[in-house]
Amino acid sequence: MARIKLKPEKPGRRPIADKIFKIGATVAGVYVLVMVTLLVFQLVSESYPIWEEDGLSFITSTDWNAVDGRESFGALPYILGTLVTASLAMLIGVPLSIGIAMFISDAPPKIGGPLGFLVELLAAVPSVIYGLWGLFVFRLYFKDWIEKPLHDLFGDSIFLFSGTPFGLDIITASVILAIMIIPTVSAVSREVMKAVPQQQKEAAYMLGATKWEMFKLAVFPYSKTGLIGASILGLGRAVGETMAVTMLIGNATGIAAIPSSLFKPSQTMSSIIANEFVEASPASLHLPALIAVALVLLLIAIAINVVAHFLVTRMMNVKEGAINN
Amino acid sequence: MTTTNERRQEYRNLFKQNVEKRLLVDKAVRIVVFACVIIAIIPLGSILVEVFKNGISAISYEFLTETPGSIGSGEGGIGPAIQGTLIIIGLSSLIGVPIGVMSGIYLSEYGDNRLARSIRFFNDVFMEFPSIVLGIFAFLVIVLILGHFSVWAGAFALSLIMFPIVARTTEESLKMVPITYREAGTALGLKKWVITFRIVISAAKSGMITGILLSVSRIGGETAPLIMTILGSSQFFSSMDVPMDALPLRIWRLSLLPYDSAQLQGWGSALVLIIIILGINLGVRYFFANRKNGILGQLVKKGIHAKN
Repeated sequence: MARIKLKPEKPGRRPIADKIFKIGATVAGVYVLVMVTLLVFQLVSESYPIWEEDGLSFITSTDWNAVDGRESFGALPYILGTLVTASLAMLIGVPLSIGIAMFISDAPPKIGGPLGFLVELLAAVPSVIYGLWGLFVFRLYFKDWIEKPLHDLFGDSIFLFSGTPFGLDIITASVILAIMIIPTVSAVSREVMKAVPQQQKEAAYMLGATKWEMFKLAVFPYSKTGLIGASILGLGRAVGETMAVTMLIGNATGIAAIPSSLFKPSQTMSSIIANEFVEASPASLHLPALIAVALVLLLIAIAINVVAHFLVTRMMNVKEGAINN
Repeated sequence: MTTTNERRQEYRNLFKQNVEKRLLVDKAVRIVVFACVIIAIIPLGSILVEVFKNGISAISYEFLTETPGSIGSGEGGIGPAIQGTLIIIGLSSLIGVPIGVMSGIYLSEYGDNRLARSIRFFNDVFMEFPSIVLGIFAFLVIVLILGHFSVWAGAFALSLIMFPIVARTTEESLKMVPITYREAGTALGLKKWVITFRIVISAAKSGMITGILLSVSRIGGETAPLIMTILGSSQFFSSMDVPMDALPLRIWRLSLLPYDSAQLQGWGSALVLIIIILGINLGVRYFFANRKNGILGQLVKKGIHAKN
């Protein structure tokens, strides 16, 4: 009679295949940490020549000249350009997005669903197509219907509206950016508003509040943090956006790029990189200067997104806690 | 204190006036809020209409298959750009998807420790890195070292955009698989990797495919990182070590040319690109996404809104 041998595995020991599996998964997980470190290290080391040459005055000076022998590089106009266009985009995009979120979070699903879907589709349109549309369609209407009248009315009295309304300027780029951040901001705001407990809303209605008063009494106080987070997330998007801005901002360089009027061509950090990177020679300071611009852009984007991340996740955690209780 | 009838009347009037005002404000807000939705949808409509209207007249068999003619002639087509876009999507998926999926498995199956929390955090932040910075990174570590523009650099840059999205969607879809599935596997004496690949992943398939396809549609329209990695070209793909064309790059270059014919070709290219990308997007949403409990809703709830 054959004896059946049962050889149980020692308890507490994992099969070797599982160990390999775990190591493989861990390596893939750590990949992102390696990439972040390597990325920052590369940007710092490759832009080092310009920091050595100019120090912090690279960030505060306004000259930009890549001609051999007369090289001087200052990133201030582009940093300002980025901050101004992104803030304007926020100013236009955030109220619209919050309005959209209010409508969709409150509408019956049969209406809210499809409308929310259409707004989200805006995010699927590639940046370069926004640029193309902005350049050949939107700019022409915007120039004739909005820029020219504003310029005619206020051009002499208010500095914001001076300059020649040509369509390739700060305000056009900002409006396109605003359209591009709407899907992000409205989707996150909508979820944040949906996270408000139903009891809070009903309590407001019970006090006799109208719908708007209900939003004021119950929804906004509760979702404030999340809404701010959503807006900052949109700001992060606007700061990093490249192609549409490059195609619409007019691409001034140096001191001419300092944003002093809405109707003036300017330049952002990402657009100067897109415009000049390929022509920059690695032997000169031009390439290190552009990489330094990228480094500054990255640091600003990281700072913005970390803040947004904490605000939004905190809000969402609060929500889960509220439901469990 | 007793309330006289006159006082009651006075209060009633006050209340009436007040209610009228409040209802008016409410109505105004309703209109404004609805207008916001309309204002946001107008650009979408206009973009789609213009791209289709202007693009359709550029489309022909030659346009889709030939190399670009001489600048401004309006002849030739965008064959290399279409080919390049497909190649670059394929290659970057080859790099980005395995890394993203494995990373998602780590976060979901082993992700209850400090390391995983920091990985999750950096994943979310990395997802929002400006894509042009990732392009510069690929330029520095590949193009500068090789000494020439390379298709690999472009694929690497796009894979960097891709893998955090895939990782997060994978993690979220694996987490939606009930723990009892895993316990059933353990009770059968299966090894952990078998459980993960045969049971958990097959249960979480549709969420993962959604994530992967959405990341594909995201990188398909990406332009900025390609400028400094594959540069653009007017020839069909011949080797990994020479510049290659891609649809978004071609659209950008065409838009810079001052000729009407170039503009027309730009619209044609945009039509092809938007059909590819919206096709993937709508297809995914139609077939896979259960909007409320599906992966897309989950991600937004976590405060992550992958660009698509």
